[in-house]
Amino acid sequence: MSLSSHIKDHQKEKEVFFSRIVISSLIGIGLIGIVILRLIQLQVIEYDFFSDRAHGNRINIRATLPSRGIIYDRNGKILAENKASFQLVVIPEQIDEIEETLNKLANLNLISPKDINSINNEINRSQKFKPVTIRSSLDDKEMATFAANMPNFPGVNLQPRLIRHYPQNEYTSHVVGYIGAISKNDLNRLNRTAYDPNEKIGKTGTELFNEKRLHGSPGFYQYIANARGREIPINSNSIFLDDTPSTPGSNIYLTIDLQLQKLATELLDGRKGAVVAVDPNNGEILTLVSSPAYNPNLFANNLTENEYRKLQSNKDQPLFNRAVLGTYSPGSTIKPIIGLAALQIGATNLNLRHICRGFYSLPGNTHRYRDWLHTGHGSINLHTAISQSCDVYFYEISNKVGIDVMHEYLTSFGLGEKTNIELAGERIGLVPSTEWKRTMFSKAEDKRWYPGETVIASIGQGYMLATPLQLAVSTAALAMRGKRFQTNLVLAHEDPLDQIKEHQEIVELDAIKIDNQKHWEEVISAMQNVMQGNGTARNVGKDAPYRMAGKSGTVQVISIGQEEEYDEDNIEEKFRDHALFISFAPTESPKIAVSVIIENGQSGSQVAAPIAKAIMDKYLGY
Amino acid sequence: MVNMKIKTQEISLDINNNFNLIKYDGPLMILISITCLLGIFILYSASNESLDVLNRQIFRIFIAFTAMMLVSQIPTEVLRKLSPWGYIGGIILLSMVLWLGEFGQGAQRWLNLGIRFQPSEIMKLSVPMMIAWYLHEKRLPPTGKELIVIMVLVIIPGLLIARQPDLGTSLLVIAAGLMVVFLSGIPFRYIFSLIILCIPSSLLLWKFMKDYQRQRVLTLINPDTDPLGAGYNIIQSKIAMGSGGIFGKGWTNGSQVQLEFLPEKNTDFIFAVVGEEFGLLGVLTILTLYILIIGRGLYIASNASDLYGRLLAGSISLTFFVYVFVNTAMVIGLMPIVGIPLPLISYGGTSMVTLMIGFGMLMSINSNRKLVAKK
Repeated sequence: MSLSSHIKDHQKEKEVFFSRIVISSLIGIGLIGIVILRLIQLQVIEYDFFSDRAHGNRINIRATLPSRGIIYDRNGKILAENKASFQLVVIPEQIDEIEETLNKLANLNLISPKDINSINNEINRSQKFKPVTIRSSLDDKEMATFAANMPNFPGVNLQPRLIRHYPQNEYTSHVVGYIGAISKNDLNRLNRTAYDPNEKIGKTGTELFNEKRLHGSPGFYQYIANARGREIPINSNSIFLDDTPSTPGSNIYLTIDLQLQKLATELLDGRKGAVVAVDPNNGEILTLVSSPAYNPNLFANNLTENEYRKLQSNKDQPLFNRAVLGTYSPGSTIKPIIGLAALQIGATNLNLRHICRGFYSLPGNTHRYRDWLHTGHGSINLHTAISQSCDVYFYEISNKVGIDVMHEYLTSFGLGEKTNIELAGERIGLVPSTEWKRTMFSKAEDKRWYPGETVIASIGQGYMLATPLQLAVSTAALAMRGKRFQTNLVLAHEDPLDQIKEHQEIVELDAIKIDNQKHWEEVISAMQNVMQGNGTARNVGKDAPYRMAGKSGTVQVISIGQEEEYDEDNIEEKFRDHALFISFAPTESPKIAVSVIIENGQSGSQVAAPIAKAIMDKYLGY
Repeated sequence: MVNMKIKTQEISLDINNNFNLIKYDGPLMILISITCLLGIFILYSASNESLDVLNRQIFRIFIAFTAMMLVSQIPTEVLRKLSPWGYIGGIILLSMVLWLGEFGQGAQRWLNLGIRFQPSEIMKLSVPMMIAWYLHEKRLPPTGKELIVIMVLVIIPGLLIARQPDLGTSLLVIAAGLMVVFLSGIPFRYIFSLIILCIPSSLLLWKFMKDYQRQRVLTLINPDTDPLGAGYNIIQSKIAMGSGGIFGKGWTNGSQVQLEFLPEKNTDFIFAVVGEEFGLLGVLTILTLYILIIGRGLYIASNASDLYGRLLAGSISLTFFVYVFVNTAMVIGLMPIVGIPLPLISYGGTSMVTLMIGFGMLMSINSNRKLVAKK
C-alpha cells in the first residue's frame, strides 16, 4: 500500500493533466465568448451610439461673426463703420525663445516692456498652438516696422480684425452711441445663441437701440479637433462638415443731417446743453446734439479703466445725453401753448388786456409773483404778452385756465410723454396736474393742489420738466398748427446684400384740437415778433430773409428771495439761469423746428436764440 | 481539428529533418510571426505613423525572437535543473528592487545592473518553473503539506512584486504559479475553498490597495461618473471600439486614435485601435491568432514527455491566455484597468522578451518530446 502510493502512475497523471487542459480550454472558450459577445454589443448593437460619440468628440463648432451694419446720416455720410485693425499675435509653439522674442519686440517699441510679464503669463496659461494677442491696433508706422523685421520673428504674426470706427468722433456720439464687450447684464437680455462671447454689442445710442438690426446673425463652421482642441486640417472627403454662413447686419440711415449736427456741436462749443432739430412735416430728427460729448472711438478701441473713470467722473457729464435724458423746466417756452389753451377755453381772448406792474398777487394774499421785467409791461394783450414774454399776463389768466386744462393741452403737444424716439432711456419729463399731485404725495396737505402752483406752472416753472427733445417736438406741433407726427430717428434700413432700402413709415398722430384757426395764427405771429418784431429776441432774426418764429425761456436754477435781486455777475456759474429757446421756420410753411438749451447760459433770447437761428439758416440754405 | 493536427505535425517533422541542428516549432513560429507582423502595422497607426516607435519595436521583436530561438535550443532537462536557481535568483533580484530599484511613474520596478530590466518579468516564468520542478517527482495530486509549500513559493514573489507596487504583474505571477497547481490535478474541493477564501482576502486586498488602484475598480463599475478623470480612458476606449463597427474605419483612419482621444493607444489600449480601425472583423482575427497560439501551446503541453514539461508548457499557455483575456476585457470595459499590455502587439520591450522566452520553452519542450519519441 505504502509502496504503491509512492509509485508514480504516469498514465493516470497524464489523464488527469489532459482533463485539466480540457477544463481550462472550456473555461477559456467561455471567457473569450464573453469578450466576443461584448464586442458584438459595442461594435454592432451600439455602433450608432458610439459612432455619434466619436463624431461629437472630434467635430467642434466655431462661430463666424457677422459684419455689423453701417450707420449713415440722411445724406449717406458714414457715422459708424467697420475698419480693419491689425494686431500682433504669437503662436507659442512656433517660438523657441519667447522671452527673447518679446524683448526684441519691445526694443522695436512694438510692445511695452511693462507688458512682457503679463504677456508671458498669458502665454503660459494658454495652449501652445493657440495664438495669443500681444498687442492690438497697430498704427501704420508700427505695421511698417514690424513688416520690415518680420523675418526675425518666426511665430509672430500680424492678424487683421474688424473694429468699429466712428469717423465723426464727438459730433455724433450721443446719437450713434458705441459698442463694447458683452457684459453680464447684456447676457441676461439678449438671445445668447445669436452671439459669440468675443463679439461686441451696442451699449448706447443707435448702436444699442438698433442692436438687433445692426448685428445680423452669426454663422457657424465645423472643424475637426483633436483631444486637446487643436484644429486638424481635413484630409479626407468622407467627413461631411456643415457650414452656415453669417448674415451681415442691416445698414441704417439716420434722419440726422451731419452738417447740421456739426454746426450745432460747434455752436454749443463744449458748453453744457443740447440742440434738437425736427422736420415738422414728418417727425424726422435732423439734429440731436448733447454737449459736451465724448469720442466713441475710445470705447471701440477698448478704453482703459482709467480713461473710463475719467469720463464718468467728469462733472460736465460728457456721457450723459442731455437731449433725451436731461429734464429742464421749460420756462417761458410753453407760453404759446398756455395762450392757445386759454384762447380755446375762453379764459382770455385776443383783445383782452391785463395790466402788468412787474408782479402779481393772488387775491387775498400778499405773496408777490414777480415778472422778469421789474418795471412791468403795462397794459398788454396776449400777443404782446407772448412776444415780450410777460409773466404777469399769464399769472392773471392762470387760475382761469386751471392746472388740469394746462395739463391737457401741454400733453397734447407731447410734453410729459415719451416721443418714442429710437434711443434708449428717454425721459418722460413732467407735466403736473391735480391728479398727479394726489397720487404722488402721501401727506394730505401735500396732495392738495394750490392756486399758487398754478400761477408758476403757467410760465413753465415749478414741477414742470421737459427734455430738449420734447421741446423740439412740441414746437414742431406748434409750427404745423396742431398737426403731429411720430418722432423718427431712423430714416431707412438697408439690406447690405441686395442693397434694398426700406424706409421707415411716417406716422401721423392725433392732431391738437384748437378750433379757431385765427388763434394759431395770432400765437404764431406773436412768436414771429419775438424774433423779428419787438420781442425778446428781435435782434436775432430782424435781418433774416425768411420769416421765423420763436420763444425764449430763461429758467431759474435757484429761487431768489422776495426782495433779492438776481445779479448774474455775483452768482456762481452752476447757479446761473438756464437759457432756453424754441423756434421754427419758415413761419408760413415750416420746414424745421429747433430747441436749444444751454445750462447756466443765463439768457434764452441772447444766448440760445442765435444758435437756433444759425441752424435754421443753414438748413434753409441762407 | 484532427486533420490540422496531423498536417502541422508533418510540416514540423519535414522541417526538422532538413535542419536538425536548429530546434523550433513551425506552427508556433508562423502564428507568432503573423501576430507580430500585424502588430507592427497596428502600432504604426497607433503611434500616429511614427517611424521612430516602429524602428524600436522592430528591434525589440528581433531581440525577442533571438531570445526565443536561443531558449528553444536548451534541452528541457537543463531548464528543469536550472528552475530552483532561477527562482532563488529572481527572489534576490526582487528584493534588490525594493532596496535599490529605480523609480518611475510612482512605482519602483526597474533594476539597473548594466542592463535595465524588471526582475518581476523573470518571475512570470521562474515561478511556474519552480512549482513544476517542485512537483515533477511528487506523486500527484499534491498533498496538503505540499500545497502549503507551493503557496509559500507563490506568495513570496507575489508580495514582493505587489510591494513595488505592481498589482497587475503580481497577480499574473501568482496566476502562473496557480496554473501549475491546477494542472497538477489538485482536487476541485481545494479550488472551491480557494475561491471562497478569495472573498475575505479581496476585502483585505481592498484595504491595502492604493487610491489609484481603488479608483480603477470604482471607475469600471460606472465610468460615466468621472468622464474627464478616471473614467476617461474606459469611455474613450469604448467609443473607439464601438465606432469601429463591423469593418472598421480603415488603417490610420480612426478618429479616436489619430486625434488622440484614445489614451495609452500604443500600449495598454492598442486593442481599441484594432477595434476602431479594423472593426469587429479585425478584432476577431487577432483573437483567432491568439486562440491558435494558445491551442498549439496546450497541444505541446498535452504531448510533453515528462511531468515538468507538461506542467510548464500548460502554465505558459494558460498564462498567455490570461494576458489576452485581461487586456481585451479591460479595453472593452469588462474588467478594471490593470496595466497589462496586449501580448505581442503592444509597444514595449520587457514583456515581449519574457513572452518569447516562454514560447522558446514551449518549443524546447516540444523538441524534447520528439527526441524521446525518436529514441
